Amino acid sequence: MDMKQQNINRRDFLKRLGIGAGVTGIALTGCDQASKKLSADSSALPEIPTDKMTYRTNPNTGDEVSILGYGCMRWPTVAGESAHDGADEIDQEAVNDLVDTALAHGVNYFDTSPAYCKGRSEHATGIALSRHPRDSYYIATKLSNFAQSTWSREASMAMYRNSFKELQTDYIDYMLLHAIGMGGGMEEFRARYIDNGMLDFLVAEREAGRIRNLGFSYHGDIEVFDWALANHDKYKWDFVQIQLNYLDWKHAKEINPRNTDGEYLYVELEKRGIPAIIMEPLLGGRLSNVPDHVATRLKQREPEKSVASWAFRYAGTHPGVLTVLSGMTYKEHLEDNLRSYCPLVPLTDEEVQFLYDTADIMVRYPTVACNDCKYCMPCPYGIDIPSILLHYNKCVNQGNVAESSQSDNYAEARRAFLVGYDRSVPRLRQASHCIGCGQCTPHCPQSIDIPKELHRIDSYVESLKQESI
Amino acid sequence: MLKKIRQIVAALSIVLITLLFLDFTGVAHKWLGWMAKIQFLPAVLSLNLIVVAALIVLTLIFGRIYCSVICPLGIMQDGFAWLGKRSKKNRYRYSKAKNALRYVMLGVMVIAILLGIGSVVALLAPYSAYGRIAQSLLAPLWQWGNNLLASWAESADSYRFYTVDVWLRGGITLGVAVGTLVILGYLAWRNGRTYCNTICPVGTVLGFFARFSLLRPVIDTSKCNSCGLCARNCKAACINSKEHTIDYSRCVTCFDCIGKCHKGAISYGRRRSVPKPAATKTAEPETVDNSRRNMLAVAGAIAATAALRAQEKTVDGGLATIIDKKRPERKTRIVPPGALSIRNVESHCTACQLCVAACPNGVLRPSTKLDTLMQPESSYERGYCRPECTRCSDVCPAGAIRPITRAEKSSTQIGHAVWVKANCIPLTDGVECGNCARHCPTGAITMVPSERNDDTSRKIPVVNTERCIGCGACENLCPARPFSAIYVEGHEIHRTI
Repeated sequence: MDMKQQNINRRDFLKRLGIGAGVTGIALTGCDQASKKLSADSSALPEIPTDKMTYRTNPNTGDEVSILGYGCMRWPTVAGESAHDGADEIDQEAVNDLVDTALAHGVNYFDTSPAYCKGRSEHATGIALSRHPRDSYYIATKLSNFAQSTWSREASMAMYRNSFKELQTDYIDYMLLHAIGMGGGMEEFRARYIDNGMLDFLVAEREAGRIRNLGFSYHGDIEVFDWALANHDKYKWDFVQIQLNYLDWKHAKEINPRNTDGEYLYVELEKRGIPAIIMEPLLGGRLSNVPDHVATRLKQREPEKSVASWAFRYAGTHPGVLTVLSGMTYKEHLEDNLRSYCPLVPLTDEEVQFLYDTADIMVRYPTVACNDCKYCMPCPYGIDIPSILLHYNKCVNQGNVAESSQSDNYAEARRAFLVGYDRSVPRLRQASHCIGCGQCTPHCPQSIDIPKELHRIDSYVESLKQESI
Repeated sequence: MLKKIRQIVAALSIVLITLLFLDFTGVAHKWLGWMAKIQFLPAVLSLNLIVVAALIVLTLIFGRIYCSVICPLGIMQDGFAWLGKRSKKNRYRYSKAKNALRYVMLGVMVIAILLGIGSVVALLAPYSAYGRIAQSLLAPLWQWGNNLLASWAESADSYRFYTVDVWLRGGITLGVAVGTLVILGYLAWRNGRTYCNTICPVGTVLGFFARFSLLRPVIDTSKCNSCGLCARNCKAACINSKEHTIDYSRCVTCFDCIGKCHKGAISYGRRRSVPKPAATKTAEPETVDNSRRNMLAVAGAIAATAALRAQEKTVDGGLATIIDKKRPERKTRIVPPGALSIRNVESHCTACQLCVAACPNGVLRPSTKLDTLMQPESSYERGYCRPECTRCSDVCPAGAIRPITRAEKSSTQIGHAVWVKANCIPLTDGVECGNCARHCPTGAITMVPSERNDDTSRKIPVVNTERCIGCGACENLCPARPFSAIYVEGHEIHRTI
């Protein structure tokens, strides 16, 4: 019952965010128009053009790829939330509608994986896409052999073949080794792709034409990234998927020493002429749901544009970027992103600097770098890790993490933090129950030291409860 | 006029004292805590002589007004009697005092208190009987209402209300509360204050003093036409209209008779010498039957109660199932800091459940053991005795849990932790843990290698019992389920460390 409620709340929260952004936009534009002339009811948001999408050319195949790529990790469920979060059935009608809208506006890159939406994304994506001509879109999927039980050649092969079946296709446009560098670094990478001969097999499949482009997505241990690029001559990577946004460009390492700055990753690819596909342009929403004063700063500069649009324009401004992925659950997300990219207006140098300055401000606010990807779950001891971290981040963003009992809003902040904590996370799943076994840590693509963060949050909660800060 | 005042004061009084049992935020106790402390029996048990003396003086002046406006159980019965009166007017009859029964019950009570037989005290104490009804039957409704508000507040992004756990603290206590409510409600509806004048030991004691009260309802025989209307409206059945006498040991000073008399023959004032009534032999078997039924039914209700533990978890796809904790077999039960010793609780507690209602951490619940029936005891399946909380000690009116400060609490040893090797996660699951040590408020737990000669072996907790205060943080937060790998054994006598 509790969990059910939580899910609904998160959904509501997201919805409200979307609606809120929309309303703000309407209100601001409305004011603007009202001052010009007292026109009656005209929609503040103009129609999104269907022929203005910006495209980038893949130097290897000549593919004209839309700068906005559809991430199929968060399809909506019948309960109206993201299938990434909920166990409810995927709302195929809604998925079809989203895909139709995206295609109609020029989006032609769809990125899925056997692991997404609790294993249901490829199937749903396949149904939606197969309703359109096969040459009107590009499919990207991955060999997501994370679990040790899928490291064998047979199991990996089965996973690969199943993707064709689920996606109802006989060729994959973009095939990725999924999240190399995550978990056990080089050792795990070898076990997943080298020792079982899967990488060689995929290279052969490319030659056979069943894979048109072969690449990898990277998270975590830089040694694996460097190894892969050092072997570029051998494998001829057609593209590489990296995490890039204005916060990670210079601060990724600062936020977590195990991570690598986006600047390094991008420059290394550019040197070799490998097109980059961008994931996490919004850092799992942390660049749209920013601290209040950061939101004000961005809004002040572009009152009619969403906070998220800055992050999308930033990612697209880099010329070596083929496409920027966004996991869009709701139509509002899709529409907002289409507005940013139909067409893309690249940022000026001055605007880029403005974002870097914004990033400098943001790193001073110690949110935990959690993207809510849920790879850490389930915790064997029942902790709801992402919900705890997200609640903490939300309180940081809203200024509800009081530093001392002398702070101006101490009483309010304390109540908001504690009451909100119990609402977001059932008591038995809160940080106080984290035993620090560390089984979650290797699964985190952001390399967060999860037990350390949970214990830190727990001791903060204790100090609030005991009023000893 | 006097009746109106009595009704208003009584209504206010029962509402406020009920709030005391319903409030879980701790705010009400600041303002209303005294309402529990002026209850007669708790005041006697806590040796609060000022209150006892004040109540006796009050009775010597006004009669048993305590029973009409202070005792919540009395007011509750008046409520039921009022309902009964609406369906049938002039329903009561004079009956002779059952003095033998009254003094036997009082004697039982005194002996039970002296011998520390808590269960008997708990069953006979009137304020506690009401407390159990409020805590077991009304508090859940109040909390559900609050949770509804909390869900509205949540959808409005307000932090004004927060959700609280509604859970069954003790099946037997609930059964006793239901039994008490049904039996007393029925008796009051039919016959008014039967319980107060036959069973209630406080009623008997105050009745003894009320015989000598300065102010009392008196019948002016020159005006009285012996119509008997007063007797038929006396819920205490204490007006003998034929003899023109009133049994002041049973009169609860409700003023109903004064308003009823058409002739204005009854007035509330100084005593007058009245002729001593001749002993009449009019037996009233019905009342006796009822009181006997009362006692039988209470016993029946206790026997019939079955404790049900609610299954509360639902499982979500991405979350591991969490098994509910089970209560370990404790050799010695745990009583909260401030209780001084188990003996102190046994000899003072009237089982009113005020502490149980006040505990915000799900620690206190009524005992199910026969000799300490419904008295509070601690257990740590739902939460632990948090360092910042002293609520139970703040609210206890009977001196069973004495007031204690946060600082005193942090150095009061109410028990000590015991490690259960067979359940300990580092040994069973082979993973790092130390959650008990991390949360121990006194630093009594240290993690040491499980193999004496191997510093890299998994670490297990060791308890320095001298520093352990028995708060139960370790037991509650231990990941081993359903039985924790570390649990608290109670101490008979609390010590300061």
